[in-house]
Amino acid sequence: MSKILVIAEHLGGKLNSSTARAVSAAAAVKAEAIDVLVLSDAPDAIAAEAAKIDGVSRVLTVARPENAHPLAAVLAPQIAKAAAGYSHLFVPSTTFGKDVAPRVAALLGVAQVSDVMSVEAAHTFKRPIYAGNAIITVEADANHPVVATIRSASWAAAGNGADSAPIEALTIDAALPTHTRFVELKQGSSDRPDLQSASKVVSGGRGVGSKENFDIIYKFADRIGAAVGASRAAVDAGYVPSEMQVGQTGKIIAPELYMAIGISGAIQHLTGIKDAGTIVAINKDGEAPIFEIADLGLVGDLFKLIPELEQAL
Amino acid sequence: MKILVGYKRVVDYNVRIQVKPDGTGVVTDGVKLSANPFDDIALEEALRLREKGVATEVIVVAIGPADLTAHLRNGLAMGANRAIHVVTAEAVQPLTAARVFLKLIEKEQPGLVILGKQAIDDDANQTGQMLAALWDRPQATFASQVEIADGKAKVTREVDAGLEVIEAELPAVITTDLRLNEPRFIKLPDIMKAKAKPIDTIEFGSLGVEAHDHLKTTHYAAPAKRSKGVMVKDAAELVAALKQKGLL
Ligand SMILES: Cc1cc2nc3c(=O)[nH]c(=O)nc-3n(C[C@H](O)[C@H](O)[C@H](O)COP(=O)(O)OP(=O)(O)OC[C@H]3O[C@@H](n4cnc5c(N)ncnc54)[C@H](O)[C@@H]3O)c2cc1C
Ligand SMILES: Nc1ncnc2c1ncn2[C@@H]1O[C@H](COP(=O)(O)O)[C@@H](O)[C@H]1O
Repeated sequence: MSKILVIAEHLGGKLNSSTARAVSAAAAVKAEAIDVLVLSDAPDAIAAEAAKIDGVSRVLTVARPENAHPLAAVLAPQIAKAAAGYSHLFVPSTTFGKDVAPRVAALLGVAQVSDVMSVEAAHTFKRPIYAGNAIITVEADANHPVVATIRSASWAAAGNGADSAPIEALTIDAALPTHTRFVELKQGSSDRPDLQSASKVVSGGRGVGSKENFDIIYKFADRIGAAVGASRAAVDAGYVPSEMQVGQTGKIIAPELYMAIGISGAIQHLTGIKDAGTIVAINKDGEAPIFEIADLGLVGDLFKLIPELEQAL
Repeated sequence: MKILVGYKRVVDYNVRIQVKPDGTGVVTDGVKLSANPFDDIALEEALRLREKGVATEVIVVAIGPADLTAHLRNGLAMGANRAIHVVTAEAVQPLTAARVFLKLIEKEQPGLVILGKQAIDDDANQTGQMLAALWDRPQATFASQVEIADGKAKVTREVDAGLEVIEAELPAVITTDLRLNEPRFIKLPDIMKAKAKPIDTIEFGSLGVEAHDHLKTTHYAAPAKRSKGVMVKDAAELVAALKQKGLL
C-alpha cells in the first residue's frame, strides 16, 4: 500500500492552494495515508490550515529558524530524511516545488516525475513534454520511492472539511548548509485575486502597447473581479512584472474564464491556458492563432472594444 | 575561474511537434534541431562573465549522440573556449545527466556551472537542482540576474511570488530563466575560428556513471484538442455569451 508525503507550500504564514491540489493527486493514488509536511520557522498556523484539507491523515511540522525562507539547499536534506518510510513524495509543481523536489530526489538517488497531470496507477503517471504538445505515460520503478511534482492546473484543490487531522511536531536531525542565504523577496503588492488560483483571469499581450496602457487591462479586470496575467512579450517589454507571465515558462493556470487581449497565441503561451474553462480572445488580427483555440473570439481594436465591454456589463 | 555550461541539443522551439500515430514517440526525423534556448542564455551569461574578467574559461558540455559536433561548434562559435562531448546513443534522464556533470566537475573544478532551467524537449526542470545536491553545493534556479563578487553569486530568481534574491557561495549551480540576457548572434568569422577550438570526446561508458533509469515512458499521446469556438460580432454579444455561461 502507498503512503504519501505531501510537502506544503506556504508564504507569509499562509498555506498556498497548490498544497491542496497536490493532496488531490495523492488521493488519486488511493493511498493508505496522506501526510502533509510543513517546514517553517513558525509552522503552527500553516499546519492548522493543512490539517483541515480533506483526505489528510496527519500534518507533520518541522520548526527551525533556518526554514524561515524556502531555500532548496536547506529544505532538501530535511525532506529527504522525513521521506523515510513513504512510498511517494508529492510536491506542488510551482517555482517552490520545482526548485526543491529534484534536490530531494537526487539525495534519495531516484528519478523525479515532473508535472503529474494524472495518476493512472500507483506508479504510473501522465505528464506533458514539449510544452504540452505530447503527453507521455511514465512508469516509475516500484522498488524506489516516487518523487513527483504535481501540475497544479490539472488538479482541483481538495476540499476543506470540518474535521482536523492530528498535527505532530517532528525533530529532524540533519546538518543544514549555510552556503546559501536568503536576501530578499521583491513582491508586487496587489489586492487583486491571485493569478494561480483565480477563477477569472484577464491577460494582456504586446498588443496593449505600453505600461501605461496596461491600466486598461487592470481596470477591466477589476470590474469583473479577475486576476491579471500577461504574455512573455508584455513582460519582456516591461509593461508588467515577471510574476504575471502565463505560459510554458510562466504560470500554468486553469481559471474558469481566461481572456487573452492583444495576445497572438504562441504555442508557449497556449501551454499555460489549455486547462482553462472558457477562453476568450480579443485581437485585431482575425488570423491570429489564438482564435483557433478560443471558445469565444472577437476581432477588433482592444482600445475600442474594452470600453464597449465595460459599457455592456 | 572556469565555467561549465550545459549545452543540450533539442528539437527547435518553432517545430510543431507531432506524436507518432502508434504512440511510440514524437516525430524527430528531418525536424530542425537547435541548442536548448535556456542553454544559449546560459552560454551567453558565461561569456559575459568572462568578458568582465570574472571567468577565464567557458566550457560547453553536451551529452548525446555521436553527431553533436556541429551543435558544439555553434557553442564554440558563440564564444566558448572549448567543448566536452559525452557520447551516448541513449537519451539520458536528468539524474544521469547530473551524475555526468558531477564527473566532469571533479575533473575540471569549475567555480560555476550554468545550466538551463529546463530542456524544452523533456521539460523536466531537474538537472541543475540534482547536480547541486550531488555536488553538495548551492543552487540558484530560474535566474534573471547574476552578480559575482568576493567568491559569491548574488542571484535574482523569478519565483511565483515575484523576484527573490539569494546569495550563494561559489562554487555553485545556476539555472537560467529567459530574461537573464539575450544571447548574441554568431558572426561568420567566429564560425571559422571555432573550427580550431578543441572538442573533448568522452565515451559515456568510460565515466563510470550508473545509468539506471527509474522512469520508463510507455506511451506518447497527442494532447486533448480544444475545439475552435465561435466568433462574436461585437462587445455586447460577447458579454451576453459570457453572462449566459454564468461567467460574468
Ligand atoms: C523557450 C520559450 C519559452 C516561452 N515561454 C513563454 C511563456 O511562458 N509565455 C508566453 O506568453 N510566451 C512565451 N514565449 C514567447 C512566445 O513564443 C511569444 O513570443 C509570445 O507569447 C508573444 O506574446 P504576444 O502574443 O503578447 O505578442 P505578439 O505575438 O507580438 O502578439 C501581439 C498580438 O496583439 C495583437 N494586437 C496588436 N495591437 C492590437 C490592438 N490594438 N487591439 C487588439 N489586438 C492587437 C496583434 O494582432 C498580435 O496578435 C516563449 C518563447 C520561448 C522560445
Ligand atoms: N544531455 C544533456 N546535455 C547537455 N546538457 C544537459 C543535458 N541534459 C540536461 N542538460 C542541462 O540541464 C538543463 C535542464 O534540463 P532538464 O532537467 O532535462 O530540463 C538543460 O537546460 C541543460 O543545461
